Amino acid sequence: MQNFPGVGVSPGRIIGTVRQMPKPISEPPAGEQLSAGTSAEDATAALKAASQAVHDELKARAAHATGDGKAVLEATALMAKDTMLIKGAAKLVARGLSTERAIWESGSSVSEMLHNLGGYMAERATDVLDVRARIVAALRGVPAPGIPTSSTPFVLVAEDLAPADTATLDPNKVLALVTAGGGPQSHTAIIARSLGLPAVVAAVGVDDLADGTEVYVDGAAGNITAEPDDSLRAAADAWAATASLLAEFSGTGTTADGHLVPLLANVGGGKDAEAAAKLGAQGVGLFRTEFCFLERDSEPSVEEQAAAYKSVFDAFPGKKVVLRTLDAGADKPLPFLTDSTEPNPALGVRGYRTDFTTPGVLDRQLEAIALAEQQSEADVWVMAPMISTAEEAARFASMCADAGIKTPGVMVEVPSAALTAEAILREVGFASLGTNDLTQYAMAADRQLGPLANLNTPWQPAVLRLVGLTVEGSRAEGHNKPVGVCGEAAADPALAVVLTGLGVTTLSMTARSLAAVAAVLKTVTLAEAQQLAKLALSAPSATEARAWVREKLPVLEELGL
Amino acid sequence: MPERIATIASRSGLHARPAALFAEAAGDVGVEVTIAMQGEPADEALDASSILSLMTLGAAKGDVVVLRAEGDGADAALDSLVKLLETDLDAE
Repeated sequence: MQNFPGVGVSPGRIIGTVRQMPKPISEPPAGEQLSAGTSAEDATAALKAASQAVHDELKARAAHATGDGKAVLEATALMAKDTMLIKGAAKLVARGLSTERAIWESGSSVSEMLHNLGGYMAERATDVLDVRARIVAALRGVPAPGIPTSSTPFVLVAEDLAPADTATLDPNKVLALVTAGGGPQSHTAIIARSLGLPAVVAAVGVDDLADGTEVYVDGAAGNITAEPDDSLRAAADAWAATASLLAEFSGTGTTADGHLVPLLANVGGGKDAEAAAKLGAQGVGLFRTEFCFLERDSEPSVEEQAAAYKSVFDAFPGKKVVLRTLDAGADKPLPFLTDSTEPNPALGVRGYRTDFTTPGVLDRQLEAIALAEQQSEADVWVMAPMISTAEEAARFASMCADAGIKTPGVMVEVPSAALTAEAILREVGFASLGTNDLTQYAMAADRQLGPLANLNTPWQPAVLRLVGLTVEGSRAEGHNKPVGVCGEAAADPALAVVLTGLGVTTLSMTARSLAAVAAVLKTVTLAEAQQLAKLALSAPSATEARAWVREKLPVLEELGL
Repeated sequence: MPERIATIASRSGLHARPAALFAEAAGDVGVEVTIAMQGEPADEALDASSILSLMTLGAAKGDVVVLRAEGDGADAALDSLVKLLETDLDAE
């Protein structure tokens, strides 16, 4: 049994066979010529055959898809044999370039042209590059890039997954996600948790496993074992039995001694909100409004926004819905709001800061929120992302007041906000810790980078201390203003106990994690949680903080979490 | 050379799904069809069966385009394509 340690990001123990995500297609060398003895006519015929094959494959996939996915696949299929793309390549072949290099260059120029047109066309530029890679793969006789298709469910192994890959991932076909790169806050981790798939990231060496190898994946321990033995088979069977128990959340988050910790859901829109309500969420702790704006080249109207917000509010009548105002920038660029040429976008004009450079968008969003609130029964709280100072908090509170919003708050993601929480909370009604960005900024470690996975965990004692300081700031302010957590940290049951012990008042997470967090939380008293928080804060490293806390929570092992 | 004038009826213009449907239809008529914005010279017309060309044309709802084709069946082909352009394909 060969073992591959990694970082567990989504719990679950399963056994399945490996399907490797094909490696990205490498660029054919510049100036690569047709091999001697191949005529331009034959080469062009081969190119057309490859383009037809890619067209047929995409077209066949479109036939099985539905909705937007179908439309995109149909359009992409047509691009594969598009005369503009193929004639451009054929001209280069006639001048002696190899077919692979010719289609590569033709694809580049078409994609660049679309990119320069902006808006909808610019979004299709990446589709052209995808088609180009598929044609090169067909010419080389290697598997097409993208998630492999298979009639039986498999363990998907990849270097890392991009947001575009995860969008085409069929949760009925994928048993678990394993990546050699990526970090605990990567897109792979987030999508795995939202789909409820076991996942391990940063497992060095897994990309060398052969297709068809049987592996055991433990998404809590962060381990992959090739050719598992009977004891691991028994562990996977036991998980399958407990998994069903962990699917149900009673709807009340509490410690063993009755200290209430409302468990809320992170949602992106009305559909998510309905699903979260069905899973028992006690409200919404993070409504990411940028999903209403993404893929738009201009700002949606106030009425259009209000309708989108109302669809979330309506899923939680009489309950709390915390809405985060537009968080564009860094990994979520928006053409009408952010500058894509910033050298350091994570430290750039993003979140609340876009109001400095493009005033008006935030005012109109607040207007839309107020409008939606009037038409619904939810208890609407509104917070701004990327607040760094009390001055910004005060300004946001006054903008909310002008719009008629009663409960303004801030996200604590920038370490300066945690350090000055008392002053900030004098200005607003609540704070919510965004642990993903707080970790990235406290540790100066990019969320997406695999080599920094060990730095990029909210178990870092420095991050836990910033959480504690935010709670202390709220107490010092004197009005017991709520401090919640809405980052991925809240979805880790062991960390949820630590956060509760640190004095966090609510936990918001992907709805699928609610039951597991509730199950663990109700096994400890508040005093025990406080002890565990002290223990974690005293640990010299993130690894020890996690190990020490987990050791005191045997229920985690029993439940396979 | 037979030609026809058509007004784009699809709400999103000749983008996305309408462009895909039109390009596919233009590729299936058996004659080469070109498309240009009204007033543009005929020699700058684009291949109507190329979805990428249609996207660069950037025709919006209400824009008037000229379709041209030559050879057997050109008239029938143009008539069917005009009909398609003058249908709101986003509504289907």
